[in-house]
Amino acid sequence: MDLQALTAKARSDIEAADNLDALDQIRVSYLGKKGELTSLLKTLGTLPAEERKSAGQDINRAKQEVQQALEARKESLKAAALQAKLASERIDVTLPGRGQSTGGLHPVTRTMQRIEELFSQLGFAVEQGPEIEDDYHNFEALNIPAHHPARAMHDTFYFDAQTLLRTHTSPVQVRHMETDKPPLRIIAPGRVYRCDSDLTHTPMFHQVEGLLVDREVSFSDLMGTLADFLKHFFEDDDLQTRFRPSYFPFTEPSSEVDIQCVMCGGEGCRVCGHTGWLEILGCGMVHPNVFKAVGIDNEEYTGYAFGMGVERLAMLRYGVNDLRLFFENDLKFLQQFA
Amino acid sequence: MKISEQWLRTWVNPSISTEEMVEQLTMAGLEVDGTEPAAGEFTDVVVARVESVEKHPDADKLSVCQVADGNETLQIVCGASNVRAGLSVALARVGAVLPGNFKIKPAKLRGVASAGMLCSAKELGLAEQSDGIMELPADAPVGTNLRDYLELDDTIIEIDLTPNRGDCLSVAGIARELGTLNQCDVTEEVHDPYKQSIKDTFEVSIEAPEACSQYAGRVFRGVDVTAPTPVWMVERLRRSGIRSLGAVVDITNYVMIEHGQPMHAFDLDQLDGRINVRYANQSEKITLLDGKSIDLDEKTLVIADNSRPLALAGIMGGENSGVNDQTRSIFLESAYFAQEAIAGKARGYGLHTDSSHRFERGVDPQLQAHAIHRATELILEICGGEVGPVTEVTTQAHPQDRRPIDLRHERISRVLGIQLEPDEIIDILTRLGMEVKSFKDHWMVKPPSFRFDIEIEADLLEELVRIHGYNNIPRTQPHYHAAMREMSESRQPLTQLRKSLVDRGYFEAITYSFVDPSWQAALDPGKEAVKLANPLSSEMSVMRTSIWPGLLQAVRYNLNRQQNRVRLFETGQVFLQGEVGLQQVDRIAGAISGLVKDEQWAENSREVDFYDLKADVESLLGTGAEIEYRAQAHPALHPGQSAAVLKNGEAIGWLGALHPHAMSELDLGNTVYIFELDLDAVRQLHLPAFRPLSKFPEVRRDLAILINEDVSAKSIEDCIRDSTSKILQEVRVFDIYTGKGVDKGLKSVAFGLILQDFSRTLTDQDIDSEIESVVDALKQNFAATLRE
Repeated sequence: MDLQALTAKARSDIEAADNLDALDQIRVSYLGKKGELTSLLKTLGTLPAEERKSAGQDINRAKQEVQQALEARKESLKAAALQAKLASERIDVTLPGRGQSTGGLHPVTRTMQRIEELFSQLGFAVEQGPEIEDDYHNFEALNIPAHHPARAMHDTFYFDAQTLLRTHTSPVQVRHMETDKPPLRIIAPGRVYRCDSDLTHTPMFHQVEGLLVDREVSFSDLMGTLADFLKHFFEDDDLQTRFRPSYFPFTEPSSEVDIQCVMCGGEGCRVCGHTGWLEILGCGMVHPNVFKAVGIDNEEYTGYAFGMGVERLAMLRYGVNDLRLFFENDLKFLQQFA
Repeated sequence: MKISEQWLRTWVNPSISTEEMVEQLTMAGLEVDGTEPAAGEFTDVVVARVESVEKHPDADKLSVCQVADGNETLQIVCGASNVRAGLSVALARVGAVLPGNFKIKPAKLRGVASAGMLCSAKELGLAEQSDGIMELPADAPVGTNLRDYLELDDTIIEIDLTPNRGDCLSVAGIARELGTLNQCDVTEEVHDPYKQSIKDTFEVSIEAPEACSQYAGRVFRGVDVTAPTPVWMVERLRRSGIRSLGAVVDITNYVMIEHGQPMHAFDLDQLDGRINVRYANQSEKITLLDGKSIDLDEKTLVIADNSRPLALAGIMGGENSGVNDQTRSIFLESAYFAQEAIAGKARGYGLHTDSSHRFERGVDPQLQAHAIHRATELILEICGGEVGPVTEVTTQAHPQDRRPIDLRHERISRVLGIQLEPDEIIDILTRLGMEVKSFKDHWMVKPPSFRFDIEIEADLLEELVRIHGYNNIPRTQPHYHAAMREMSESRQPLTQLRKSLVDRGYFEAITYSFVDPSWQAALDPGKEAVKLANPLSSEMSVMRTSIWPGLLQAVRYNLNRQQNRVRLFETGQVFLQGEVGLQQVDRIAGAISGLVKDEQWAENSREVDFYDLKADVESLLGTGAEIEYRAQAHPALHPGQSAAVLKNGEAIGWLGALHPHAMSELDLGNTVYIFELDLDAVRQLHLPAFRPLSKFPEVRRDLAILINEDVSAKSIEDCIRDSTSKILQEVRVFDIYTGKGVDKGLKSVAFGLILQDFSRTLTDQDIDSEIESVVDALKQNFAATLRE
C-alpha cells in the first residue's frame, strides 16, 4: 500500500472512532511500535540512498498528519463526553430549596425595635420596669393624686388598693429618675394594661415612653426631636406633623402630636375621621411636681417626656386594620411580617 | 361638651368661619371632636295649626286633618296619635324636601288625599328618636318657615375638654377663650339684679366648711312650674344635649351651660326647718332623682334639712325634695363645693352627672351669686312669682383673692425654647384676664378667679406658649454632651436571642399576661398566681406564672386552623408569688408541634420530637457555660421526656413533651414540645478566653459498647471523662441501637474518642492504655461490654 493510501485509510479510521478507547487502538495500529507507519520507517533501509531522504520525510509528514488527526478527534470526543455528562445531570432549578424555613418577629416587636434603634442613634438607652406597679409610681409620683379626674381615663386593673397593672409606661420614668442622676436619656418600651376591650381596645397593649433630662432641654427641642423621629419612622421626609396643646398631669406644657394621615395624605378618609390628621403620641415638658417627687432640681435641669402606642404605629406603618389581630397570633398574620 | 355656635356668637362674634373657629379651638387645646348641623337638611317646612281632626274612614290608626298654613287650609292624613285640633305643628307641604332627600308629593292614603305631611322631630333630624309629631308652642306664628322660627341654621360644636379646663365647661368659658384668641370683646347681657319682692328667706347652715365654702340660696313663691319653657331655651338646651324637663329644671340647666355653675331647685314646702350642708351618717340612705336608692357613708357630702338628706351635694338631687308639678314655692341653690369633696364621689356611687363633672374639675368660686341672679331673671320671666332676698353663707375656707405668681423672663426661653418680648408676654396674660405687674426681668401675675388651674410658673409658661401658638415654635434639636454608654459583652441582647429563634423557623407570639386559671393550674400546678380584683372575664383573671398557658393557647389556635407545623416563641414577664413577695421575672419560652419542616418534595417529612426542641434550646444557650439537661419530672410534662435545664449548676428552666393529661385538658390533639427558660440566665454569656492550640495531630478511636438501656449518655460520658487523662479532648456519640442482635434491656452505644496531647505525638501505646481504662471503667460502673 502506498503512503498516500495508508494516510487516507488512517484518517477515515480516526473519523470513524466513536470513543477514546477505540481511538487509542487506532493510534497503536498506525503509530505504535508495530504500527503500520512505524513499520514503513523500518523499510527505509531497503531503499537506495538517494531516495531514502525524501521517502523518510514523506513518512514523517504522514505520521505527523495522523498524529494531529488523532489529537483533534480526541478533543472532540472529550467535549462530546462532557456534553453528554452535563446533559444527563440537568435538574429542575425551579423546585424550592431543601431545608428549614425561617420564622419572623411579631409586628409589635418589629415596631418597637425600630423605635428603639432610631432613638438609640440619639443616645437613648432602653430601660424596663415592672408591669405590676404600685399606685405611687403609676399615679401619685406622676402628679395624679387619688380622685384626679385623669384617673377616670385610665381604666385600671387592680390587685388591691395599692397594687395595679401599670396603665402606661410612664412609671419607668419615675423609677429611672429615682435611681439615676441627670443627664438622663431613656426610652422604655413595654406592655401596659387598661380594663377595656372592644373593636379598638385590647386590655393589653404596648407603649414606648421617652425621657430626656439635661441642663438645656426645651419644648422646641421636644418638637424637633419628635417631628424628626416621625419622619424617619415613616420614611417620609415630607411628613407633616402638628403639635396641639393638651393636658397630661405629668407634663407641662403638654402636647398631642398629629401626623398627616398616612392613608389619605391629608385629604381626609375614614381612618383619620376625615380630618386629615392622625393623633399619634403625647408629650410635654416634665412637670415640676414630678421632678419634686423624684428629687431633681427643676431650676438646674429641665426635661421632656413622650409616650406612644406601638400597635397604633404598627397599624399605620403596615396597614393593619384590626387591633385584635395582634393578639390572636395567627400564623397567617405573623407570616406577613417575616 | 356640646355647644351651639349661634349661642356662642351672642357672647363673642369674631369674623371667622365655623371651620376657622373649630381649628382655632383645637389648636388652643380645646379639642373639637366634631361638628354637626343643628337640624337635618330640609326645605319648605312651616309652622301650621291643626283646625280639625276626623277619623280616617278606612284605617284605624290614621286621622284626616284640616291644617292651616297661613295661606290656605290643607287636608293632611296623619298617623300620629298625638295629633289634635288646635295643635301647632311642623308641616311639610307638597314640594318640601326632608332629610335623606325625601320629597313630599301629593298622595292618597287608603283612598284619602293628603297634601303634605306633619313631621316628627326625628323626621327633621332634630332628635334621634321621637314619639309622635312635633308639638310647637301654641303661640308659634302660623306660616313661618320652621328653620327661621327655631333658628335651625346653626352648628353644634362638640369639644373634648381636658380635665384641667373646668373653666371652659360653659358658653361663657369658651367665649372667653375665643375672645382671647381673636382679641375681640366678650359681651354678656347684664341686667340689674331683681330686687326681692317679698322678705321670705330660708336658713342655711354649713357644718362642712371646707367642703362647701359658699352657699347662696333664694326663696321663690307663687311660681308656675308648669309654664312652658320658651322654644329658644329648649332649642339651646337640645343643642347642648340636654332634654327639656320642665321650666325650672330647664332654667337651672340653662344657667349651668351658660355660666358653668351647677344649681339645684328644691320644693320649699318639702323642706324641714333649714338647709344644712354636712357629711352623711353611716346609716343614712337617699333615693335620688333617677329613682336609684343609695347607702351613704360619712365621707359623702349631702345637702340635708333638719330631718333627712335631700341631695348628694354637687352630684344629684333627691327624689322627694325636687320640683314637681304641684310645686308652688322654690328654694334655689347655687353653691361652691371644693373639688376634693366631690372628686371620685360620683364614680364611687356609679354616677356621672353634668354637675359632678363640673365640680370635680372646679367651678369659679366667684360665680355663685351671679348665677342665682341670672336664674332669678329667667324664673320670674318664665314662671312668674315673687322672690325673696339672696341668702349667702361663706366660710373661712372659701378661696380668696389669688396669690400672684412670679414669672421669670429667663424661664421662658429656657423651658420653651422661644424668645418672647415683654410686650407680647404682658399682652397674652392680660388677654387671659390676668393682672400683670412688671418688674425687672420678671412679672407678678394674678390669674382670674375662674382660672383655678393656674397655680405655678409652669402653668403660666403653658398659657404663654398656648396662646403664642404651638405652630409658631421653631423645631430644634437638643444640645447635650456626647457620652458613650456601658455595653456589656457578657450580656446577650434580647434582639439576638429572638433572631436566633427566628432563624430556626420560630414565629414570635405575644399573648396576654393574664390567663385562664384552669390553664394556669394545668401547666404550672402548685404555683400561686396573682389574681386581678377586677378582671374583664374569668378567662383573663390571673397573672401568668409561666408563658406556657398563653403560648399553648396560640398553638391550639393555629392547630385548629389547619396548620400542620407550628413553631412559636414568646418573651416577657411572669409573676411569681413567693416567700420574698412578688417577683416579676423575664422568661423566654417556645413551643413546637407538627412537621419538622414544611411539606416539601426533596425529603420525607416527619413529626418533631424532643431532640428537635433540644437543638433549639442548645442554640439559645450557646457554648461557654456548663449546661446540664437533667432527666426530671415536671407535672405538666411527659415523665419520660422532660428535662430540667441547669446552667453552671443552677436550674434555669425546663423542656419536654407536654404531658398527655395536660394535652387532653387543654384539648390539644397533637403532641407539643415546649421549653421555658429564665431570660436573664440565658442572656448571661462568658467572655471568650483563649486556650493555646496543640501542634500535634489528634487521633480518633471508635468504640461500641453494650450497656443497660437505662444508663444515660451523660453518665457514660462522665464515666469516660473520669477514667481518662487530660489527653481526651472530646467524646462524640454517633450511634444508639436497640433491637435485633442486642439483648433486651441493653442498648448498643457507639462513640468516638478524640485524643490529643500538647507536648508530643501520641503513640499507639498511649492510645491503647487510654482505651483500656475507658473500657474497664465502663465495665466496672455499668457492667458494659465491648460489642464485637
